[in-house]
Amino acid sequence: MEEFLQQLTNGLAVGGIYALIALGYTMVYGVLRLINFAHGDLFTLGAYLGFTLLASFGLSGVIGGLAGAGLLVLMALIFVGLVGVMLERAAYRPLRNSDRLSAVVSALGASIFLQNAMMLLYGARPQVYPVRLLPTASFMLMGVEIPFTRVLLFSSSLALMFLLFWFINRTRVGAAIRAVAIDQGAAKLVGIDVNRIISLVFLIGPALGGAAGVMVGLYYGQITHDMGLNYGLKAFIAAILGGIGNIPGAMLGGLLLGVIEALGTAYFAVGWKDAFAFLVLILILIVRPTGLLGERVADKI
Amino acid sequence: MNNLLSLNNLIKSFGGLTAVAGVSFNVAEKSIVGLIGPNGAGKTTVFNLITGNYRPDSGNVIFARHDITKTPTHEIVSKGIARTFQTIRLFPEMTVLENVLAGCHCRMRAGVLASMFHTPAQRREERSAIEKAMRELAFVGLDDQYANLAKNLSYGNQRLLEVARALATEPRFLILDEPAGGMNDQETADLIGLIQAIRSRGIAVLLIEHDMHLVMQVCEKLVVLEYGAVIAEGTPAEIKANPLVIKAYLGSEELD
Repeated sequence: MEEFLQQLTNGLAVGGIYALIALGYTMVYGVLRLINFAHGDLFTLGAYLGFTLLASFGLSGVIGGLAGAGLLVLMALIFVGLVGVMLERAAYRPLRNSDRLSAVVSALGASIFLQNAMMLLYGARPQVYPVRLLPTASFMLMGVEIPFTRVLLFSSSLALMFLLFWFINRTRVGAAIRAVAIDQGAAKLVGIDVNRIISLVFLIGPALGGAAGVMVGLYYGQITHDMGLNYGLKAFIAAILGGIGNIPGAMLGGLLLGVIEALGTAYFAVGWKDAFAFLVLILILIVRPTGLLGERVADKI
Repeated sequence: MNNLLSLNNLIKSFGGLTAVAGVSFNVAEKSIVGLIGPNGAGKTTVFNLITGNYRPDSGNVIFARHDITKTPTHEIVSKGIARTFQTIRLFPEMTVLENVLAGCHCRMRAGVLASMFHTPAQRREERSAIEKAMRELAFVGLDDQYANLAKNLSYGNQRLLEVARALATEPRFLILDEPAGGMNDQETADLIGLIQAIRSRGIAVLLIEHDMHLVMQVCEKLVVLEYGAVIAEGTPAEIKANPLVIKAYLGSEELD
């Protein structure tokens, strides 16, 4: 029971990260029917941005603790969001009217470009966040010692997700995003500037991914230039698990995948961690290809 | 009377097929004009050229003394042209009210940031948009359905919702592509009243319609297309008597 609670909370914390990244995949897929393969690297960019702010600009000396961590997340949100907008302009918009495979190849190229740019700038060795901003305290829950950081990670990713959910479903701009996702042609004809909405999606999705990057840096302390590949893949699986194109689906899929992974490694073997994720992917593709909450039959990538 | 819309010698071909071969006609302010012709005559292509879905190979479209031939579709909408579709294109997974709100989008100023932070000005705007959307729903008679999903409406009501959504963009010119398609007699009769009510709000209407009874009753002017060219133009009475039209469009049958 103790082991189970430990792993459950751990899984929820990691699952929150997966869910935040998965939202970026699912939103872009929703409006463009495109898998943004560079999304995992935008997540890494967020982690490195946090590192730079802490290490080079000495931000850690000015502010500390939770306020500092919050500020880092906010700056990553803004900066990585803007990079996402530029990425869409440079790599995807020129290919909007060509066939889908060209855009996929362009996405892969963008991913390789970002990954190698970060390796050139920061080196191939892992980097370590110079200070620990998050408190090391923990508390007892039903006889189990749970680190405070886990709760913090889980609750902040949950807060960001609910903010997005509210924005998409309760505001007029959110309604415009949904309208573009349903029918671009009709959206244009009711006066919605489709290009602006797509830019906005490429602002929000990568911003959440960048925030997740900083959160991983703060939580684990160590980051590498190619960690976007692993996290990106997991989040992509989470998006498919929940139903790609579906926002609540991405949240659910991320949390589920985190918990399955954590419990799987605890009760079977650590070496099988990644295998569980792919097992989940294979099972969902066989049993329910549209994902848990997906309704439409998924289009081919 | 002033011309609100002028089409000047529009030509559009797809591959080897010339769908629109030099179409010119005018729509006066606050008038109701019908565009008729046999299937495949190029009526819907003309609509798509006006709203910027297609770009003409040559010729131009003048709206309210501005050349809009090369204007992007969403800007054409904010200049005051709205339309409905031959095959219904609502946002099926959104509510009736949200569909109409989408139409209000281009008339609202508040940006993304204001929308995220829910500023007081933005909240006021959002509230007035909802009021406007409800007014348009009441205008077409769907205000009691506002919370339903668009896909659950009857076919005739979906057509009316498209009209309400188009009206929410505050157009000066409304294009209706076969609005009576799939409607029963009662609904068609109501539609005639609705089109006249739209005009009395100062909005010019251009419609494609196969229901000749509706067209003859509601339009002041008809334009007849055949093989992508205008073969006749005039009042319903003139068109009815035009031998060219009778021959081309109706064979030997009589128009009424």
